[in-house]
Amino acid sequence: MDSEEDMLYDEESDHGSSDNEDDDFVDMGIESEQGSASQETTIDDFSYEVLSPELIVQHMVDCIKEVNTVVQLPATTTRILLSHFRWDKEKLMERYYDGDQDQLFSEAHVVSPGRKMSASFKPSSSSRKNTRSAAAAAASAENIECEICTLTYPQGMMTGLECGHRFCTACWTEYLTTKIIDEGMGQTISCAAHGCDILVDDATVMSLVKDSKVRLKYQHLITNSFVECNRQLRWCPAPDCGRAVKVNYPDARPVTCQCGHTFCFSCGETWHDPVKCKWLRRWIKKCDDDSETSNWIAANTKECPKCHVTIEKDGGCNHMVCKNQSCKADFCWVCLGPWEPHGTSWYNCNRFDEDEAKKARDSQEKSRSALQRYLFYCNRYMNHMQSLKFEHKLYSMVRQKMEEMQQHNMSWIEVQFLKKAVDILCLCRQTLMFTYVFAFYLKRNNQSIIFEDNQKDLENATEQLSEYLERDITSDIIVDVKQKVQDKTRYCESRCKVLLDHVHEGYEKDLWEYQDEKY
Amino acid sequence: MASMEKRLQKELQALLRDPPLGVTVDSDKTSRSLSEWTVDLEGAPGTLYQGEKFQLAFKFGPRYPFESPQVIFTGSNIPVHPHVYSNGHICLSILTDDWSPALSVQSVCLSIVSMLSSCKEKKRPPDNSIYVKTCSKNPKNTKWWYHDDTV
Ligand SMILES: [Zn+2]
Ligand SMILES: [Zn+2]
Ligand SMILES: [Zn+2]
Ligand SMILES: [Zn+2]
Repeated sequence: MDSEEDMLYDEESDHGSSDNEDDDFVDMGIESEQGSASQETTIDDFSYEVLSPELIVQHMVDCIKEVNTVVQLPATTTRILLSHFRWDKEKLMERYYDGDQDQLFSEAHVVSPGRKMSASFKPSSSSRKNTRSAAAAAASAENIECEICTLTYPQGMMTGLECGHRFCTACWTEYLTTKIIDEGMGQTISCAAHGCDILVDDATVMSLVKDSKVRLKYQHLITNSFVECNRQLRWCPAPDCGRAVKVNYPDARPVTCQCGHTFCFSCGETWHDPVKCKWLRRWIKKCDDDSETSNWIAANTKECPKCHVTIEKDGGCNHMVCKNQSCKADFCWVCLGPWEPHGTSWYNCNRFDEDEAKKARDSQEKSRSALQRYLFYCNRYMNHMQSLKFEHKLYSMVRQKMEEMQQHNMSWIEVQFLKKAVDILCLCRQTLMFTYVFAFYLKRNNQSIIFEDNQKDLENATEQLSEYLERDITSDIIVDVKQKVQDKTRYCESRCKVLLDHVHEGYEKDLWEYQDEKY
Repeated sequence: MASMEKRLQKELQALLRDPPLGVTVDSDKTSRSLSEWTVDLEGAPGTLYQGEKFQLAFKFGPRYPFESPQVIFTGSNIPVHPHVYSNGHICLSILTDDWSPALSVQSVCLSIVSMLSSCKEKKRPPDNSIYVKTCSKNPKNTKWWYHDDTV
């Protein structure tokens, strides 16, 4: 095994040899030069690229190679050292050249390469029990008892790491399999001997474990820790995506994965402008802790305010029409008030009326008022989130509509306005959703009033756009509708930008004041 | 796995043939499948537990020795010790995180004897009452914060 250790990442080595050819981990490393390059996106000086699972491995191999051109250690040792320094190359180099190398190796739990020769003849000081087998190993040609299975084997069937502890290959394989599969350990598996903290390297795992399922899990564990430790990398949080995003410097910026998911590089949540990661994290924790919130989600049905029939929301628009044929009440999903006033200029669903709150405080306990305040913002946050979930439904509906229109002598270009409208609608809903988190932590001042006006305006326009899109657009009325939808889309887009610019400006000029820590 | 049964068989034979001081396998209470053992311990002379008799129950899973055995004190006399809970659970790192397949029943017994022997004051762990009320039946399910092992 000792002689094989260079094969994992080394291009020059003979990777066609029979015991290695099914080795995808090795192959990925070897093919690193040909790997397809991913596209880089640059905004200002911030740039990022999306890495496929293969590119992640390649990137890891490149990091190792880069360090190895300088330190000239076996690649597998370098990998362990790099993961010890959380893949910070500079830090590793600094310690490697400025500090005590022996101490560095022992901290990283590898045998110092300088000590290799002596180590293979005398067991390391941490070994208490293996003196017998190590001594026997040196004696050679003798049968040795494996301390794990207690069977005896010829020396050639015993193997181990640089620390000198030797066990039979069957026991090693079983040991590694248990660690990888049952305990989910990758880069932190140590020697099987009791009290020995020398780490098992990748080449050893790959040469001993032949079960492809276990090998795959191991590779995944190694790349996972590579991504998680690396400040410039983050896994795409979309379920089953498996790609990672690499940035030139870590920052709270939106990044879009090849799978289409856009998330915040800094915290991994869905892109959440205008609220900052810190407040969003606090909000999510609060929502998770709060039973009121989960009750709200569970009870995603409401009663018609007029006839009390139970209504389930199945679309994104807040304008509800009771399906009870004898009722048909028009009302707003958010406030359960009649829809009439919402359709016109004033729309009072975005703002927690501070006067009302004051009244509530007077008559009721303070805690109750805090809860009401929270529920107010939570309700609106959840509502936009809920509407966003119907996004795919809306896209497929619009796609169908676009096809229909093209059959009624409209060109492909002419119907694109519908897709654009849905794009903007989703953008606005997502922004609105996070404006309520921002608003929840905000203290009232002159700027917050401007913010709430912007929010109200955007919310109003967004609901109107949503309603246009949910209406049955037939080809006859398309010409009228098109102008309206286009205008509203443009309006929403510009209002969204105005709102975000205002919040960003507030961040820069330090205009925002926050609620007390109690929330 | 047949070879693992063989290892348990060998361990049992060795312990019966050549038991370390104060450690006795109760072969009557040891199951025929070898998956459950009972071991009698005796407090070492010159320690706080001198003359006391204790009983350890070992349970071996199918992946022994790659997974650690489940080891608890049973019977009427549970040692009063800062790392032993009144329900018999033992806070000892080699039983979970620091387990190695190169360890054995014998080495576990010797570690427990030495843990008892180094005790300076007989008392229960500080979190005993809450732990005993809330813990899982299997001590291996406990995420142990290992107490200072110099006690
Ligand atoms: Zn073996
Ligand atoms: Zn070792
Ligand atoms: Zn993705
Ligand atoms: Zn964030």
